[in-house]
Amino acid sequence: MTSSTQQTLLDIAAQRILILDGAMGTEIQNHKLEEADYRGEQFADWHCDVKGNNDLLVLSQPDIIYKIHCDYLAAGADIIETNTFNATTIAMADYDMESQSKEINLAAARLARKACDEFTAKTPDKPRFVAGVLGPTNRTASISPDVNDPAKRNVTFDELVEAYMESTEALLAGGADLILIETIFDTLNAKAAIFAVETVFDNMGAKVPVMISGTITDASGRTLSGQTAEAFYYSMRHAEPTSVGLNCALGPDLLRQYVDEVSQVAECLVSAHPNAGLPNEFGEYDMDAIEMSTHIKEWAESGLVNIVGGCCGSTPEHIRTIAESVAGLKPRSIREREVKMRLSGLEPFVH
Amino acid sequence: MTTGISSFINIGERTNVTGSAMFKRLILNAEYEKALDVARQQVENGAQVIDINMDEAMLDSVEAMRTFLNLIASEPDISRVPIMIDSSKWEVIEAGLKCVQGKAIVNSISLKEGEEQFLHHAKLIKRYGAATVVMAFDEKGQADTKERKIEICQRSYKALTEKVGFPPEDIIFDPNIFAVATGIDEHNNYAVDFIEATKVIRQTCPHAHISGGLSNISFSFRGNNRVREAMHSVFLYYAIRAGMDMGIVNAGQLEVYDEIPEELKVAVEDVILNRHDEATDRLLELAPKYQGDGKAAAVEDLSWREQPVTKRLEHALVKGITDYIIEDTEEARLEAERPLHVIEGPLMDGMNVVGDLFGEGKMFLPQVVKSARVMKKAVSHLQPYIEAEKSGGSSSNGKILMATVKGDVHDIGKNIVGVVLQCNNFEVIDLGVMVPCATILQVAKDENVDMIGLSGLITPSLDEMVHVAKEMERLGLDLPLLIGGATTSKAHTAVKIEKNYHAPVAYVPNASRAVGVCQKLISKEGREKYSKELTEEYEKVRLQHARKQPRSRPVTLQDARANGFTPDFTAVPVKPKKLGVTPVSVDLGVLRKYIDWTPFFLTWSLAGKYPRILNDDVVGEQAKELFADANAMLDDIIEHGGLEAKGVMGLFPANREGDDIEIYLDESRTELAGVSHHLRQQTLKEKFANYCLADFIAEKGSGIDDYIGAFAVTAGIGEDELAQSYKDKGDDYNAIMVKAVADRLAEAFAEYLHEQVRKVYWGFAPDENFDNDALIREKYQGIRPAPGYAACPEHTEKQLIWDLLDAEAHTSMKLTESYAMWPGAAVSGWYFSHPQAKYFAVAKIQRDQLEDYAKRKGWSLEEAEKWLAPNLDD
Repeated sequence: MTSSTQQTLLDIAAQRILILDGAMGTEIQNHKLEEADYRGEQFADWHCDVKGNNDLLVLSQPDIIYKIHCDYLAAGADIIETNTFNATTIAMADYDMESQSKEINLAAARLARKACDEFTAKTPDKPRFVAGVLGPTNRTASISPDVNDPAKRNVTFDELVEAYMESTEALLAGGADLILIETIFDTLNAKAAIFAVETVFDNMGAKVPVMISGTITDASGRTLSGQTAEAFYYSMRHAEPTSVGLNCALGPDLLRQYVDEVSQVAECLVSAHPNAGLPNEFGEYDMDAIEMSTHIKEWAESGLVNIVGGCCGSTPEHIRTIAESVAGLKPRSIREREVKMRLSGLEPFVH
Repeated sequence: MTTGISSFINIGERTNVTGSAMFKRLILNAEYEKALDVARQQVENGAQVIDINMDEAMLDSVEAMRTFLNLIASEPDISRVPIMIDSSKWEVIEAGLKCVQGKAIVNSISLKEGEEQFLHHAKLIKRYGAATVVMAFDEKGQADTKERKIEICQRSYKALTEKVGFPPEDIIFDPNIFAVATGIDEHNNYAVDFIEATKVIRQTCPHAHISGGLSNISFSFRGNNRVREAMHSVFLYYAIRAGMDMGIVNAGQLEVYDEIPEELKVAVEDVILNRHDEATDRLLELAPKYQGDGKAAAVEDLSWREQPVTKRLEHALVKGITDYIIEDTEEARLEAERPLHVIEGPLMDGMNVVGDLFGEGKMFLPQVVKSARVMKKAVSHLQPYIEAEKSGGSSSNGKILMATVKGDVHDIGKNIVGVVLQCNNFEVIDLGVMVPCATILQVAKDENVDMIGLSGLITPSLDEMVHVAKEMERLGLDLPLLIGGATTSKAHTAVKIEKNYHAPVAYVPNASRAVGVCQKLISKEGREKYSKELTEEYEKVRLQHARKQPRSRPVTLQDARANGFTPDFTAVPVKPKKLGVTPVSVDLGVLRKYIDWTPFFLTWSLAGKYPRILNDDVVGEQAKELFADANAMLDDIIEHGGLEAKGVMGLFPANREGDDIEIYLDESRTELAGVSHHLRQQTLKEKFANYCLADFIAEKGSGIDDYIGAFAVTAGIGEDELAQSYKDKGDDYNAIMVKAVADRLAEAFAEYLHEQVRKVYWGFAPDENFDNDALIREKYQGIRPAPGYAACPEHTEKQLIWDLLDAEAHTSMKLTESYAMWPGAAVSGWYFSHPQAKYFAVAKIQRDQLEDYAKRKGWSLEEAEKWLAPNLDD
């Protein structure tokens, strides 16, 4: 079960740094959509409010999402992410829309596919890839929702596996080239996603590349569930990912040391898509494209990364500037590491 | 292949119901808290992986495994290490795998049920992301001989790596450790079989590991711990050299190989290595001699008391032990030629050790302060003798005058710096708080000090420091000036203070830096060199500062107002249940539950979130001790008094008029009780509003009746006296502690009162139900911004709160000329009830707003510039 996409990606990655797209949410906000816009025709009579359900827009406002994909592709993105961050049945429960999860994933992948195909047709020497996004969901399998009952969980591993399997199948059916498990703040959720993706691969008898991206929540240097970046990688390594990296929560300035940490230990490609700085007191991100790309250029020059992009607050302008700043720079080379048993709790343990 | 002993992984085994009767009892009784303690102890004692086993007939093992692993996930001091999920039942293993985020080890799978089942489980383990132990067990049974062990392990290895692509480094073979010296001849070679098989497996199965349960080997000597321990260490000695690199080993049941008595070692080696047929009998004969474990019970380690007196003094200083300090000091005095020599000799030597350890980050601030307490006790014992000798004049490092500047009452940080400097043999003259410039300069002259340190917490203190620097220049002083305190910064020091004074001005960011800075400045050569460095550094800071572009573009006040925030008033503001002023008193015992401890630790320079900090790798021990001391003090204060909490709050009709809030005497809204003036954000906001606190109140003439609240609380009545009483006893540690605790109680009071206001007095959220953690994270409706902080940075507005509430009469709290609150442990602010009200920072404002604000306040421009200095561009 080798994947030709995997080989294509690795071939390109050996030549240059790949560009991932930027934030979807910020771009959607610019359209100042209201409840009626979110509903569109299809959900005009839905029984509860859906404003804020950005993933639903692939059904109700497909043109907007398609346009955002195109903006990022035009800005130079090699890989664009499907608009499915919250599209699992678990996250859709907020809007009573579990039943729409499959449709949303399918439609989201098709929209991104269409945009990619269009751009690849224009410049066939630069193939564009659709990353089917599996988000973290809004529940945590290893953190209790109730301080008085630390053994309690509001989602089980099996429930996560079921939800992620459904999303993965739909994303692949819609034409995703690869799967991106991202913004992982609870590693156990991501382990369920890996379990689901591998089960789907098994059922299909084929594999696509898997990208994994964790989130270091603050200056403690740990995920929300408490793992260090290195420990996190050891928990993910069995997926034999095409890339591993970090995204969200921090701007490039604060994220650098953790990208460096991952870069030191990863035996695959390394990705990073930081936020455009830290949110100010109103939740805005105000690091501009030049400042952000200056940081990311330095990462590239230091040989830390293979795939770069943006998370919250980044715009097509950020991505264009980043793409320009890393053009021609040598990508990080994949290193072989000594064969050791690499275990982890919250901290790494190598034997 | 040989493996060094250093790379042997020790797996903790106490969390195993089949191996530990105590753990089994705890789990059966569902005493999970205590069961967690067992796990924690193992990690603390050095277990690098912990084995968890719930295989017990009386248990729902799946549920017990799930519950315990979920509980462990919430205990970072346990879950930092990898977990070994140990069960003979696959469903228990699988349940466990679904609960661990880390990469765990499964213990175990084997070919016992056939290859198909074995590979199926292996494939799932790989998909769950775990390593696995593989028992040397196949369809025919457990491997006992060397050949069977090797054969099964090699077959397993081949199937795992070739058929499911299992990473070889994630395979751990357990070739079965069986009991020897059982009296059955066939068992005599079991240890040898294990050791030799280990050697071959490591050679033929690259990257795989070898593990085993050690205690089995000595099973026949149950009840004779010395023999068992000797057997364990001898077995390990040889097995590790053969390649065993992991094991379930109780470190407490292991004798140091070299310390086994020779005759016992020989007898045990004969058994383990099966050297001759009589080996077992020999060991059986010898065993009774070693019956009883002969180990002393753990008692307080007082061995340091046997050292010479100088060493004892050093030990007491480093460990902060006051128990023996008087008798030791007395002994040293009798030995010394002169009492002063005790201070200059052993005591200072001890404090130098403390200073060094602190400098190297091996001691923490609370420990240093405790050391100082020991030092003070010793010195105060010597003082009468020194006086009697009338020699006087000890040779200190230097004399430093310290003061919190005029208008400011905050002194915890300054006191800590003072203690740390004293520990390093500086003489400190502490003038206390609210010290006028003239007093500082007069004392500096009279006492002939070597340098001056200024401290302050509130923003107006920055100006006062500039003033002191200018006065020092004007009066021709040449002393170095140290600047410290929460609002001070290197930039402010460089831009505003340093250029006004020719002698060295050093910004000291925290207590640990103070000693280094003072030492550099005290000697002539050091001072010249450091002064040059400082000048260059500050020049650089000034350049950077001048070059700094505003992060976001300023807008005119008019534009900012046009982009003000318009809250949703479709729900009419709730009318307070009780309008007017209400004095509040509350028991400290009640407030205690509302304490947010995290800032308390920061006061002591221990960074980390409570409660996690208590188990922090680096500062956990210190944090625990500090926390215990604080709680002991709280217990004492609650029981015996010493501190008192008093507060007052008021709720008033109010409406917005521009950026001001008009506060009315009554519901007729005709007569003003006062006007609260606010500032508006003045940088370009594209997606958000330019906020001003007034925005959260309904506009005058809108027809909506809105309200505002004000409060002032203190928990510091008596704090100065109580702190002084400790100081008088030479106990700086507790003097600082009193203030740190009072500060926390005041903040707790503000939290408590705000809750009462929301639920009762105002009653806009009567059904709210949050725990303390949620309160700390400000989950509730409404805000309580405090004048002097980000959303309303201008301090003089506190006066209005005092007037509205008649705060001084109700609480005896006062405002200084800089509008600092006295006592220092105090909080005051406004209450806004609107659900969309939120905290923000006004940040930089422009000239147009400065002029507008001056007009609204009836101030001259100079006056406005003075009070708004921190919000103006330089």
